[in-house]
Amino acid sequence: MNLDFTPDELQFRDEARAFFAANVSEGLRARVRTGTRLEPAEYIQWQKTLAGHGWAAPTWPAEHGGTGWSPTQYYIFESESARADAPQQYHQGLELIGPIIFTYGTPEQREKYLPSIRSSDHWWAQGYSEPGAGSDLASLKTRAIRDGDHYVVTGQKIWTSYAQVATHMFCLVRTDTTVRKQAGISLLLIDMKSLGIRVRPILTLDERHHVNEVFLDEVRVPVADLLGEEGKGWSYGKVLLDRERGIACASGLRLGQYVRVVKDCARGVRVGRKSLLDTAIFRDKLAQIEIEMVALEYMGLRTLADAVAGLDSGPRASMLKIRWSELLQRITELWVEATGYDAANFALIGSNQGEPLSGNMPHPVMSYLHARVTTIYGGSNEIQRNVIARRSLGL
Amino acid sequence: MDFALTPEQHQLQNSVARFGREYGDFAAWRRMVAAGHAFDTGNWRHMAELGWLGIAIPERDGGLGGTPVDTMVVMEGIGCSLALEPFVSSCVLAPALLAGAPVAVRETLLPGIAAGEVFVTLAQAEPNGRFDLSHVETIAVPHGGGHVLTGIKSHVMDGATADWFVVPARTRGEMDDTDGITLFLVAADAAGLVRENMRGPDHRHNARLTLDGVAATALLGSLHDGLAVLERAVDAAIAARLAEAVGAMDALRDMTLDYLKTRQQFGVAIGSFQALQHRMVDISTACEEARSMTYQAVLSLSLPRLARRRAISAAKARVGQTGMFVGHQAVQLHGGIGTSDELAVSHYLKRLLMIDLSFGNADHHRALFTLAEDSLALEMAA
Ligand SMILES: Cc1cc2nc3c(=O)[nH]c(=O)nc-3n(C[C@H](O)[C@H](O)[C@H](O)COP(=O)(O)OP(=O)(O)OC[C@H]3O[C@@H](n4cnc5c(N)ncnc54)[C@H](O)[C@@H]3O)c2cc1C
Repeated sequence: MNLDFTPDELQFRDEARAFFAANVSEGLRARVRTGTRLEPAEYIQWQKTLAGHGWAAPTWPAEHGGTGWSPTQYYIFESESARADAPQQYHQGLELIGPIIFTYGTPEQREKYLPSIRSSDHWWAQGYSEPGAGSDLASLKTRAIRDGDHYVVTGQKIWTSYAQVATHMFCLVRTDTTVRKQAGISLLLIDMKSLGIRVRPILTLDERHHVNEVFLDEVRVPVADLLGEEGKGWSYGKVLLDRERGIACASGLRLGQYVRVVKDCARGVRVGRKSLLDTAIFRDKLAQIEIEMVALEYMGLRTLADAVAGLDSGPRASMLKIRWSELLQRITELWVEATGYDAANFALIGSNQGEPLSGNMPHPVMSYLHARVTTIYGGSNEIQRNVIARRSLGL
Repeated sequence: MDFALTPEQHQLQNSVARFGREYGDFAAWRRMVAAGHAFDTGNWRHMAELGWLGIAIPERDGGLGGTPVDTMVVMEGIGCSLALEPFVSSCVLAPALLAGAPVAVRETLLPGIAAGEVFVTLAQAEPNGRFDLSHVETIAVPHGGGHVLTGIKSHVMDGATADWFVVPARTRGEMDDTDGITLFLVAADAAGLVRENMRGPDHRHNARLTLDGVAATALLGSLHDGLAVLERAVDAAIAARLAEAVGAMDALRDMTLDYLKTRQQFGVAIGSFQALQHRMVDISTACEEARSMTYQAVLSLSLPRLARRRAISAAKARVGQTGMFVGHQAVQLHGGIGTSDELAVSHYLKRLLMIDLSFGNADHHRALFTLAEDSLALEMAA
């Protein structure tokens, strides 16, 4: 057992470090450092920067235009990225549909879609959840009926992140109502410009517009945009399970950015003659979180090592997601706490709107509020626990 | 021992509940905040007509001379319906701060407060003071028979709509001294006062004040020892705030329980999953705990200072924590819909977040609790 990188890996680390030093603009760095969530345009710009360097798809194999890196290289890339206050890449195209397309898609689909995922000329939204099908996704009702060389799709999706900017949506639909729930589901690649699609915004608790309802009314989707086989849509998600390990591990690394943000904030807050950061009680809370982050990091590293060795890491991806989201919630809570009474100032009223607010508001409160969604989306933490109990503990 | 309400308090509770049903409509609430209003002036007038605004004001000053339990009953209703009316600042905090004010001041302000026509709030917090009531850097210097004030008050609850501010300022000593703090009355339109209005994540309209040689309208109480009055008034306000938290928590509990019984996934109500049942039990327990703590706080208001301080800080810390737990879990158990601005759930969470923050967070009150404990122990030993 050792933690040493090979000489090649060390060289790669230096290369990555130099890249981030040279390519993260001050503006972007400041946004990340203050815990501001990026706008889609900023994600796109960052993706283009990476693409310009040949690093658009760090988890994809080289044959599909990815970097073909080992899990260790990916880890190095992500930790250097986090260290340099670079943003994380937006994941829905790159991690949620790209791998399904290169694994199960036709050569035409790969040709048509993969390059623009890498260049971010296409923005993909995930159209899975429905009002009646959240945790119980397999009960989804959006219907796709074959009509010649098209599917006619009618139904409703909800919580669709960034549908308002998406050019495409990968969408689970029901193509057969006569078979077992999972067996009647297919995966369609839908052009958002298609007739019959209506997007309605939903504001979330952080008062931002990320998610939407997507109404599909007799939307005609070419059969050529069926991914894989009809009725197999449900099973394609499994290629993502293995990949989630890496992503979960990378997200863990990002928590360090928040620790820096919280420390910066606490350093500037006075408690009598001291700074808040120098009070025992605050230090103690921060230390507790940092200690749990070390545990998360090493869980991640072990998982990664398993991936390198081609071993099954059991439930650890789910465990990482649970621990990551819980820690994100705690660290953003601590950020709000550090902010003190400034947290009560979410926005200026009246003529001076747009002026900066003290305590870096509203970012602490927005981040805290947005962190609440991380234990709900992508399979709620309750569902993750069910999965661990059932699949790996045999309960 | 008796935790029961009197028949009159029951009646008040019923009328608060009726008010909540008639005026506490969430759709109307959303429209109101979207229009940028601080609160519903119609509701406020109605509350005045019902006499509630004068509950904490002595009868001789045009109020009802009610008890802290009466205030608690009203505040629970306010918490339950997410009402943004500035009840605590104008109708609990201000009357307590004005307790020692000159008769002329009381005569001008208190009947107006009870009638819902005058708004008064406390401008205490300063940029470097965190939550400490004795941290006062704002200075007051004698001038032309009165005082002029200079300093910054960084978080003034309900400050955007107030007509008057009660401003603690330093008349002698160092910035953290307990002695040398004097309470002044300052008009919102006084020359030299700049007010920046802000709204909270809970849509309350607060303010930040910059005072540059502002002439005080009056000195409230006695010179140099305003801290005791300030502390007592804040304790009464905390007790009221906690009752609001209890109302909000109970509302969230009821909504969540209802959702667990109606939301279907996997062909069954999600309330049939044991993991969620246990969470729901923890939510209900937290509500019970918060209510118990709030009673404890309300009943302590008449106790000697240290006992009162101990009780209030214990309650403020614990209700804050249980409130956050209930807020977080209510969102979690609602799933995606719990995170939507269109549903009341997350707005209650934000309100509970702000209640946890108001008058100092749990860390602050744990420290104050320890201070009170230690002093009580010393008193016992002596
Ligand atoms: C900000 C945000 C962004 C999202 N983005 C997308 C997106 O881009 N695309 C997309 O398709 N979806 C997206 N989602 C949807 C997300 O995946 C769902 O919200 C999630 O799967 C939960 O479903 P639900 O909201 O219907 O809650 P429900 O499934 O109704 O769950 C309600 C509660 O019950 C619990 N629960 C349910 N079943 C069980 C069980 N068997 N045992 C124990 N507890 C259980 C849940 O954990 C939750 O606490 C997003 C959600 C959010 C909040």
